[in-house]
Amino acid sequence: MKKLRALAPYLGLAAAFLLFAALGPAEFHGAYNLKTILTQSVIVGVGAMGMTFVIISGGIDLSVGSLIALATVALARMLNLRGDAVPAWLPWAAGAGAIAVGAMGGLCNGFLSARLRIAPFIVTLGTMQIFRGGAKWLAREQTVTAPATWLNGLMEVDPVPAWLWLAPGVWVLLGLAAAVAVILRYTVFGRHVYALGSNEATARLCGIPVERRRMLIYAVGGALAGLAGVLQFANLTLGDPTAAEGMELDIIAAVVIGGGSLRGGEGRAAGSLIGAMLMAVLRNGCNMAGIPNYMQNIVVGAIIIGAMGLDRLGNKR
Amino acid sequence: MARELTVPLLRLRGVRKAFGAAQALRNADLEIAPGEVHALVGENGAGKSTLISILGGALSPDAGSLEFLGAPYRPAGPREARNLGVAVVHQELALAPHLDVEANICLGRERSRLGFLIGQERRARETLEWLGYGHLDPRARVGGLGVAERQIVEIARALFQDARLILMDEPTSSLPAHDVENLFAVIARLKARGVSVVYISHFLEEVARVADRITVLRDGETAAAGLPASTPARDILAAMVGRPLGEIFPSIHRNLGDTLLSVRGWVSRPGAAPADFHLKRGQILGLAGLVGSGRSSLLRSLYGLRQAEAGETEMAEARGREGSGKRIGFLSEDRKEEGLALNLSVRANATLAGLARFVGPAGLLRLGSEARAVRDVCASLRVRYLDPDQPVGSLSGGNQQKVALSRLLLGDCEVWLLDEPTRGVDVGAKAEIYRLVAQAAADGKAVLWSGSHLPELFGICDSLAVMHRGAMSPVRPVQGWSESEVMAWATSGKADPA
Repeated sequence: MKKLRALAPYLGLAAAFLLFAALGPAEFHGAYNLKTILTQSVIVGVGAMGMTFVIISGGIDLSVGSLIALATVALARMLNLRGDAVPAWLPWAAGAGAIAVGAMGGLCNGFLSARLRIAPFIVTLGTMQIFRGGAKWLAREQTVTAPATWLNGLMEVDPVPAWLWLAPGVWVLLGLAAAVAVILRYTVFGRHVYALGSNEATARLCGIPVERRRMLIYAVGGALAGLAGVLQFANLTLGDPTAAEGMELDIIAAVVIGGGSLRGGEGRAAGSLIGAMLMAVLRNGCNMAGIPNYMQNIVVGAIIIGAMGLDRLGNKR
Repeated sequence: MARELTVPLLRLRGVRKAFGAAQALRNADLEIAPGEVHALVGENGAGKSTLISILGGALSPDAGSLEFLGAPYRPAGPREARNLGVAVVHQELALAPHLDVEANICLGRERSRLGFLIGQERRARETLEWLGYGHLDPRARVGGLGVAERQIVEIARALFQDARLILMDEPTSSLPAHDVENLFAVIARLKARGVSVVYISHFLEEVARVADRITVLRDGETAAAGLPASTPARDILAAMVGRPLGEIFPSIHRNLGDTLLSVRGWVSRPGAAPADFHLKRGQILGLAGLVGSGRSSLLRSLYGLRQAEAGETEMAEARGREGSGKRIGFLSEDRKEEGLALNLSVRANATLAGLARFVGPAGLLRLGSEARAVRDVCASLRVRYLDPDQPVGSLSGGNQQKVALSRLLLGDCEVWLLDEPTRGVDVGAKAEIYRLVAQAAADGKAVLWSGSHLPELFGICDSLAVMHRGAMSPVRPVQGWSESEVMAWATSGKADPA
């Protein structure tokens, strides 16, 4: 049963893909559309990598959608600092700045939930509003245009240089997923993330600095939301305070579909990656097959519930 | 005996029950007389809980005959069993914490008019008074009550619903001593009213006091049925383990070495007298005392899980030791809630406190050497498991406890603070834990063993102190204590209560 649970996301992805390949137009399984699907999974995927840490540790972060928007606006503002003559270092600095903004937001979440012991659901429900408001304030309630830089090319389905073959953002996601998998399995920090989610009292007993670890976990989650914001910016080529509204739910769904348990202690980087890809296949496939938008919502909802159902079955034994 | 002549309340013959390939019950017999307190004993995994679940209607047997009051008894579920007059008081109490006492007592037997509830406070109160708990407010929220009171609410519910037979699954395992006495009084009242009680317990002294007859289960079979309560404990134990009981306490020779930990003026909770003691290498110092006497607070404060009020500790210089691992290890009394992360693997639980040892270059864990270390330590502790990556929650209680202990071994701790290390562990595993701790002491560890079971403390420890209201008696060799002196200290804080 456990084995089946670990395989479920892969089987789900394969099934969804084959279904649309059979139903949809031939373009669906063409190379270009496959590259498109991968690119469409990047933003949710990067966010899901951070959410994987948070969910395994027994937490939840509803504020990532707002953080992504805040990061796009912060990035656009920073790119405007030198007018149109953008120095070579500025895109790097602005990207790092956007990630830092995300990390700070995550740290706030961690501080409030770990130190002040407010339930993370409530904390991030609150900061979801606060960060969204912050983004709108920083953007003066409108989209923020920015001078064109190489950042805009991160999400090109046909990348420059062409030998990259996939959009740079896809490579970022794949590299990140590999790194998260290694961290979760091969580092003390990763082991502590699982221990915190499985039984916090045991973790404390074993000398793990529980509060500090939780703050770090939320900060990492926030930083990766910031990185997702950089990629969102690349997608839009501007800062948008209303971007990624509701995306936190897609991100959480990706982690849960991938085997993450909201009760903590379970979850895997590869699963979350597959979960994000499954979400992208569903949306893209429905579009290509001309399935109306309302049907997409129903299908995605059913998949999330089905994944949770598997989770329960797997735990009943 | 006259009782033999009356029609039994309940009679089970050749009851069988399998879960997949595992045969939980292969041939269980049980006979309960009206108004009798019948103890059901056996090692963990002997089938006691399965039998209780069958009687309570939660499981249905694969084969066998069951008769209740002379009629075939096959309840379709717990509700039907209850309606027939069989109620279970669970180990994990089955109450609704957000509802008040009355609502819990009446749960499932609410009366209403036109859909509106009719209060049954008077009857609920009567039931409580009858149990000797008239002071319990029927309006009190159950979530705010202690374990003992919740148990009374469950028993009251069973009575309220006219139970003829009440099944109690380890009712005293989480009760402080004086509540145990109250429970015994309640059981005596039930008996006087003609209600039968099936009583499951690990504590044979308790069984001898409370039960009329004893049935022993072993490997899903009835090993001895209806023994009189006067049967010597040794014979009951022999029936439980299926062989004459050898020496369950190890005879490993230990030499006391130099002092490892000195504790001076230690006050672990407000208002208690300060404690002074030393722990030497090779020593097992027992800490007796009632539940709530401050044994856990002392251990937890020494380990740093709670702030001490005052006092200082001094560790002797480390010798022949590299690395910065913690030199003090702690075993929690609450394995499920605190001691172990149950859905994590055996491996992750065993090394959680000592991961630093396995960090290789680039900050990555060396999983191979970690697995080897876990396999070695599990082999030396005789942990029965399939795979280091299986969840620790899937092991039996005794094996879980050994995994929790392996953490101290893997962490290379020198001072072992053990809080009730054999709680909820069967006889066989207990003997192995004794052996392992004695071996660790012989290897130069210093052990502080907190326990509530006196024969165990006398068997395993070489010196003993007793806690009373947070204060600690002087430390004396075990030969210098008698059981009655320990009880006197535990209950009055003085050697001589008179």
